Amino acid sequence: MPITTEDTLNWLRQLALVLHEQRTYLTELDSAIGDADHGINMDRGFKAVSEKLQTQTETDIGSLLKLVGTTLVSTVGGASGPLYGTAFLRAGLATAGKRELYAADYVALLEAALEGIKARGKAQPGEKTMLDALTPALAAAREAAEANLDLVEITRRASDAAEAGVQATIPLIATKGRASYLGERSAGHQDPGATSSWLILKTLADTYAARSSQT
Amino acid sequence: MTVSLVVVSHSAKLAEGVSELAGQMAHGKVAIAAAGGTAEGELGTSVERILEALRQVASPDGTLILLDLGSAVMAAEMAVEQFTQLQDQRVTISPAPLVEGAIVAAVESSIGNTLEEVADAANNAMLLPKLQS
Repeated sequence: MPITTEDTLNWLRQLALVLHEQRTYLTELDSAIGDADHGINMDRGFKAVSEKLQTQTETDIGSLLKLVGTTLVSTVGGASGPLYGTAFLRAGLATAGKRELYAADYVALLEAALEGIKARGKAQPGEKTMLDALTPALAAAREAAEANLDLVEITRRASDAAEAGVQATIPLIATKGRASYLGERSAGHQDPGATSSWLILKTLADTYAARSSQT
Repeated sequence: MTVSLVVVSHSAKLAEGVSELAGQMAHGKVAIAAAGGTAEGELGTSVERILEALRQVASPDGTLILLDLGSAVMAAEMAVEQFTQLQDQRVTISPAPLVEGAIVAAVESSIGNTLEEVADAANNAMLLPKLQS
């Protein structure tokens, strides 16, 4: 069973609620090693996305993801605006015109988003960023897709790999972004950007699994 | 016309202050626009504000963007991508230190130098001696 336009809308609406609930947590993570605005920024950005979704009339997934990208770019005042904005814009290009995503499409979406963040942030894995959640997530999704597992399992494994990636950011020393100004003092803290990346993938896995179990 | 400048900072006050300092050196010969803070007036950067500043000081001789740090670079890059899609004008993002870079760029632009010359001079601003020995 593919991920449909309706599933995508459910994911994005739920994501706005999750990021609103987690805004204090994300901001606390960011206050340890950054500028203490990640939770506020993500909440603001996805609240704007949620409002746009109420009036949008797009019927394909690529257009929805592009709408998310442009909205984040214009509403998020921190680094996550350009980074997630580029990620969703690229994901939208990778899924242009599609109303259903199958395993290979989900992998392509994730890869496009990851490459977008890499290009925009000029970053690599291991620098204590979003990439440290998304890179293992993509690898896990690809492996699960090649093993012909179903999409519920593929999205779950991507989310679980992202969560492990988030934990793995704790000992890392940041070399990108505001945290890099702290040098070695950034070690011992969980990266807020990696954490929000995991929440994005987890919310897709959760909402899609819930819908699949109902049908 | 001369090379115009856009000053990008997480702080609106900082962007305006740097623009003011640079403007003092340019004697009204250089168009300088400040793009600081978010659209809501908070600390942060805004692609739209940078885009608006680029439009405001658009010059056939090109524009140099000076910025503070972090997301300012990414926001400026996104604004430049959007701006140059619509207008055939050259925009360069400078890695120079913000205050010194803006002042040097304003002086270099005011004497009619090209975008490359202004950008090079701003770049070298970090080598200017601050503490005379």
